[in-house]
Amino acid sequence: MLLGSWVRGPLSLSGHVGFDSLPDQLVNKSTCQGFCFNILCIGETGIGKSTLMDTLFNTNFENCESSHFEPQVKLRAQTYDLQESNVRLRLTVVNTVGFGDQMNKQDSYQPVVDYIDRQYETYLQEELKIKRSLHNYHDSRLHACLYFISPSGHSLKSLDLLTMKKLDSKVNIIPVIAKADTISKSELHKFKLKIMSELVSNGVQIYQFPLDDETVAKVNTTMNGHLPFAVVGSTEEVMVGNKVVKARQYPWGVVQVENESHCDFVKLREMLICVNMEDLREQTHTHHYELYRRCKLEEMGFRDTDPESKPVSLQQTYEAKRTEFLGELQRREEEMRQLFVQRVKEKEAELKEAEKVLQGRFEQLKRLHAEERGALEEKRRVLEEDQSSFSKKRAAAQLLQAQSLNANGKKDKDRKTSGFM
Amino acid sequence: MDAIMLQEKLVERLLCHRVKTSRQKEKQYVGFATLPNQVHRKSVKKGFDFTLMVAGESGMGKSTLVNSLFLTDLYKDRKLLNAEERINQTVEIIKHTVDIEEKGVKLKLTIVDTPGFGDAVNNNECWKPITDYIDQQFEQYFRDESGLNRKNIQDNRVHCCLYFIPPFGHGLRPVDVEFMKALHEKVNVVPLIAKADCLTPNEIKKLKDRVREEIERFGIKVYQFPECDSDEDEEFKQLDKELKECCPFAVIGSNTVVEARGQRVRGRLYPWGIVEVENQSHCDFVKLRNILIRSHMHDLKDVTCDVHYENYRAQCIQDMTSKMTQDNRMESPIPILPLPTPDVETDRLIKMKDEELARMQEMLNKMQQHIHDGKD
Repeated sequence: MLLGSWVRGPLSLSGHVGFDSLPDQLVNKSTCQGFCFNILCIGETGIGKSTLMDTLFNTNFENCESSHFEPQVKLRAQTYDLQESNVRLRLTVVNTVGFGDQMNKQDSYQPVVDYIDRQYETYLQEELKIKRSLHNYHDSRLHACLYFISPSGHSLKSLDLLTMKKLDSKVNIIPVIAKADTISKSELHKFKLKIMSELVSNGVQIYQFPLDDETVAKVNTTMNGHLPFAVVGSTEEVMVGNKVVKARQYPWGVVQVENESHCDFVKLREMLICVNMEDLREQTHTHHYELYRRCKLEEMGFRDTDPESKPVSLQQTYEAKRTEFLGELQRREEEMRQLFVQRVKEKEAELKEAEKVLQGRFEQLKRLHAEERGALEEKRRVLEEDQSSFSKKRAAAQLLQAQSLNANGKKDKDRKTSGFM
Repeated sequence: MDAIMLQEKLVERLLCHRVKTSRQKEKQYVGFATLPNQVHRKSVKKGFDFTLMVAGESGMGKSTLVNSLFLTDLYKDRKLLNAEERINQTVEIIKHTVDIEEKGVKLKLTIVDTPGFGDAVNNNECWKPITDYIDQQFEQYFRDESGLNRKNIQDNRVHCCLYFIPPFGHGLRPVDVEFMKALHEKVNVVPLIAKADCLTPNEIKKLKDRVREEIERFGIKVYQFPECDSDEDEEFKQLDKELKECCPFAVIGSNTVVEARGQRVRGRLYPWGIVEVENQSHCDFVKLRNILIRSHMHDLKDVTCDVHYENYRAQCIQDMTSKMTQDNRMESPIPILPLPTPDVETDRLIKMKDEELARMQEMLNKMQQHIHDGKD
């Protein structure tokens, strides 16, 4: 029996121990390792996905324009290594190609769902390996999904609703209103309300910025109220006043990307990158991935509790599965063996049959042969008899002739011609 | 000269065919120079009608643009569907008719709306209800025209279709191409770039070039403005050329009035500036309005009557007569001149006779040659 106790409640320390440096140690370790973040951008062709990524990460990812005539939705992933101060980030941006362009969009969501599942699957496989290297593993699971809503000003499109419903249990969805510089302030307010109410009434779970940490709860609550963010992206720089800013220049004015009264770009950057990036990764691992893993293992037949509701460990389940599998194998082998034996017997019987038939024929032939031989012998005997009788007759005739010759002499010279010579 | 003034001149030129007649005592005066005036008078009395169709995805600003064009509100109490309801939506055809009057000229304006186009998840053949509607109007007119009593024919044929291309993409999408190809031989298609206030001038130019190139590549026959006469003066020709190069028009619509540069104008108010709908450097709304209403409305009607409707009619008659020869019927339900139907039997006979003739001709030539040779 094991003895132990757990004193709940903080024990008071009489001096400084030093474990308050643990978070710093953790930070040091992760900084050395580098961070990894994977974003999925879903939106129609030309809606501004690449431009927004360029603007968010202040760099040029060199994306080429896609065509509107792709026959199917595809996903294109590109990985970049970025560095800011001493923090290294391995960023993977996955873009949809041809989304929303086809005439029939019923299956447009499927390639996206398949991609997300594939990333979870590879992670699961790694986790289930005997020799695994999770600390070295390049996590390709998608941590955030930016869904780009077209600024129609009315409501979501039917495709948007369909796709988000399929994705909300697999990835953290952050909806954004793209090209928001075409919506005026009053229209924007109505539009945002309409979108959120449609999402709620259709049961779509989008990512909510976490409220459990007091240091960021307040700002997160405010930001949750501004969802979906209305963004404008631009990599071009325009001189405004005496500053050079990222903006879009129109004949009627200049839309400044980082001006909070023009659009919600700054809010998005703050929420996505500055404040909640780590939470997004955590949610993906503890919530979405766990859900996938559970579903997958249940499919394979694993259970946490057996039929009598007693907790069953993975090992037991594994053993049970293994014995079941082996039993199955044995059964099959037995079946096959029996089948084999049966076949052999059948073949043997067949062969025996054939042998009998052959034997019969052989006998018959032999008989025939003997008969022929007998007949032949008979014929030969007759022939011999004939021969002997003939030779006797000949001898007798010769004798007779010799006698007549001697008797008659020269007188019967002309009689020689007749007779049976 | 100011661009606006030039355009006004163009409009005036097209409207005013009235010639001031002056009695010239030296020349012989007959008086038929007043004919244009008479035509003008009669047409004002009769009134005009025009049917305009608008098509495009929802949220492209079609209703706003129509209201801006005709300075009236045709869409009071309109109900918009939710995203969920739109998943399996079918395309409807809704007609709004208004009678408007300006300086004594009456216009019966019909706007044919196509809600639901391109909104469903599966948009295969979503233009079918629209082409069916257009064909129905043609058929109706055809029957009326062929009837015995032709006093009050109502012309419900669609004279023009404004197609709204979304500005958010790189060019035309498959649904745009399919729609325009299904309609370009039935109605005058005028493509527009909607919500152009999300594009900078460079982007507008790039998109227009792209769309024009794709229209040509896919063989879409959009409405072509008629060539101006060679005897018009240079500035008119220049204007005409500019208008043609502006196609497709990048438009912005608005019904709200805002204050800009000390004036009250129709526009959209943004934190970074005010977009004026009627400012030519902001968008092509004015050009579209002039083309559609002030200068080419009648031409659109003419092309519909002379080209699209006639094509439909000829096709209809051909189908009918071929069906008739199949069924061996001699009377037709509508009065038409008996067309010399290409009959297979007669064709064959004709061919035979032709061959015979050719052979005879050859023989004749040979004989002639023979005689000629014989003479020598």
